[in-house]
Amino acid sequence: MGIGTDQLAGGGPAPGAEPPGAAPGRPRRNRALRLPRSGKILTGLGMLAFFILWAIIGPFVRPYSPDATFANAPVPLPPSGAHWLGTTQVQQDVFSQLLVGGGRMIGVALIGGVIATAASVVIGVTAGYLGGLADDLLSMLANVFLVMPALPLLIIMVGFLGQSTSGNLFVIALVIAVTGWAWGARVLRAQTLSLRNRDYVDSARIIGERRWRIIASEILPNLTPIVATSFLFTVLYAVGTYAALAFLGLVNPNWSWGGMLFYAQLSNAELTGYWWWFIPPGLAIALLGTSLVLLNFGIDEFINPRLRTAGLTRKSGRRRLRPEFALTPVIRPEVRTGIGTGIATGLATEGGRR
Amino acid sequence: MRAIARRLGFYLVTAVVAISLDFLIPRLIPGNPVDAILSKAQGQQFSPATIAAMDEQFGVNTKASLWAQYTHFWNDVLHFNFGISVSNGFEPVSSVIRAAAPWTLGLVGVATLISFVFGTVIGALVAWRRGSWLDNLLPVVTFFQAAPYFFLAFLAVDLFAIKLGWFPAEGAHQNLDFPAVSWTYISDVLDHAVLPALTIVVASAAGWIVGMRNVMLTTMDEDYVLIAAAKGLPRRRVIWYAARNAILPSVSSFALAIGFIVSGALLTEIVFSYPGLGLLLVNAVADNDYALLQGIFLLITFAVLLANLIADFVYVFLDPRIRQEA
Repeated sequence: MGIGTDQLAGGGPAPGAEPPGAAPGRPRRNRALRLPRSGKILTGLGMLAFFILWAIIGPFVRPYSPDATFANAPVPLPPSGAHWLGTTQVQQDVFSQLLVGGGRMIGVALIGGVIATAASVVIGVTAGYLGGLADDLLSMLANVFLVMPALPLLIIMVGFLGQSTSGNLFVIALVIAVTGWAWGARVLRAQTLSLRNRDYVDSARIIGERRWRIIASEILPNLTPIVATSFLFTVLYAVGTYAALAFLGLVNPNWSWGGMLFYAQLSNAELTGYWWWFIPPGLAIALLGTSLVLLNFGIDEFINPRLRTAGLTRKSGRRRLRPEFALTPVIRPEVRTGIGTGIATGLATEGGRR
Repeated sequence: MRAIARRLGFYLVTAVVAISLDFLIPRLIPGNPVDAILSKAQGQQFSPATIAAMDEQFGVNTKASLWAQYTHFWNDVLHFNFGISVSNGFEPVSSVIRAAAPWTLGLVGVATLISFVFGTVIGALVAWRRGSWLDNLLPVVTFFQAAPYFFLAFLAVDLFAIKLGWFPAEGAHQNLDFPAVSWTYISDVLDHAVLPALTIVVASAAGWIVGMRNVMLTTMDEDYVLIAAAKGLPRRRVIWYAARNAILPSVSSFALAIGFIVSGALLTEIVFSYPGLGLLLVNAVADNDYALLQGIFLLITFAVLLANLIADFVYVFLDPRIRQEA
């Protein structure tokens, strides 16, 4: 990940440009709520809602206590009526552990995402708006943190913190945020830089608006999609990192999804074919991540309509579309219902550099 | 060459920051690391000299000023003296790392290269054939982009090593001794490397595919591509012109990606019990072997910086505009 952000940094959304999701006929909604209703966004939101629900009600609907031991068998038992997802090496119920683990994962991911995004907005916008020496220093800091490999750094931090402190979800989220803020800061800085000299910002400056007011009411609203993608990106990063740290046995591994994989690996579950032990937690992490990536793609397409795929293959039906040079089809759902051709094709100059 | 010089300066700063963090983290974080090591390693005999050396390394029970400790730390780092590894029979950290590093460098280096080439080509194709069946790859790619490397490693072991029995599930080679370099030995090593490398390639190619596709879509709208097509150049040549320019952001975002890939690869090694730095790392974590953790952090950071520097050279080679600047 982190690839393909150059469009964000370079092209960026044109402020005030009509977002393609806004239907001309419908009553105008609140600006913040005008989310594009693409398949990716809807699927991503649906999956994410499912996982959040899981995190909230999981601990209450679990059939057993996650650390209670059951049958007296020497090996993990495959799924059965009593244990829907089988048992672990020490005969604990996998399904209960899975249900309980969701809360920790979502909690750490959201808290870490909020902290890191807040830091990246403050640092990125400050650097981009102030410019000069402040910009040089802050950009340098962000780039250093981007280049340094995060996992080994996290391992030393968490390692020195010790088992007792690192069981605290806030501490883990904070440590993850320390290594996760830089990407968002860089993208936000680039976009702030391009917004800073737009006419409407200049006029606000000439009128004599205060600096913080210009940032809060002229710059920040136009950064919303980028703040959203960088939030989703950091949440995704926190999901992967928390899972990795738990998989290493570094953070209190009990009943988190990464921790389940840690124990499965300790008992060589993958060598002995106890798939019911390692597939459910791994799949849960992967699907939670997929929901976030889908949302991120959706917002990317909102920012840059040329990235869209939906409708090109299936919905255009018999009229198969062959994109030619310099003709990137831009799909506009409203146009489809209105005119019936399905696809509005624009020349480079028209669809591209708005 | 000014571009390269500037990047070189930046990497030097990053290296200094990394070394400073390595120095500061044990001293900033509350708790006594030496006590933690001693409590974990019960039954092992620690000589007073060993304990004194560890006290000095982590800055506990010392009267020296922070600055004196810092300069001392630098002196150690420059002499490749990273202390002793508690979990490996008090061997120096540098020799423990030296034994493990080649495995990781070989595996991760080759896998990253394959994944970059493969992912970029697929990404360009997906962008070019936009609207064809290739678009159906994207949801699959999304899943692989989100799945943790180590989970994919679990699946690979379960499916290809255990159920199908195509590849060995564990280790880097069969014999523990280092035999003469022969064809059987080499083929054995390759045989053991296929599954871990495949895992890393599958997991990391997703990022390159999406990145290349997105940039390629933008590049195909450029005027020079239109002109190339209008001149009647063969389709292949036109794709080549577009792809050559679209690859630049992929090369420059190498810096972001390589850190992720290395982190994922370390976790992959653990699943495969591959005797590289990842396995070393997890054992060091289990035994509170802080000196080894610090040494590995520095080595990986330097390796990543070096990979970035190479990517920068490639970028200058690929993009004449950067050369013009100088």
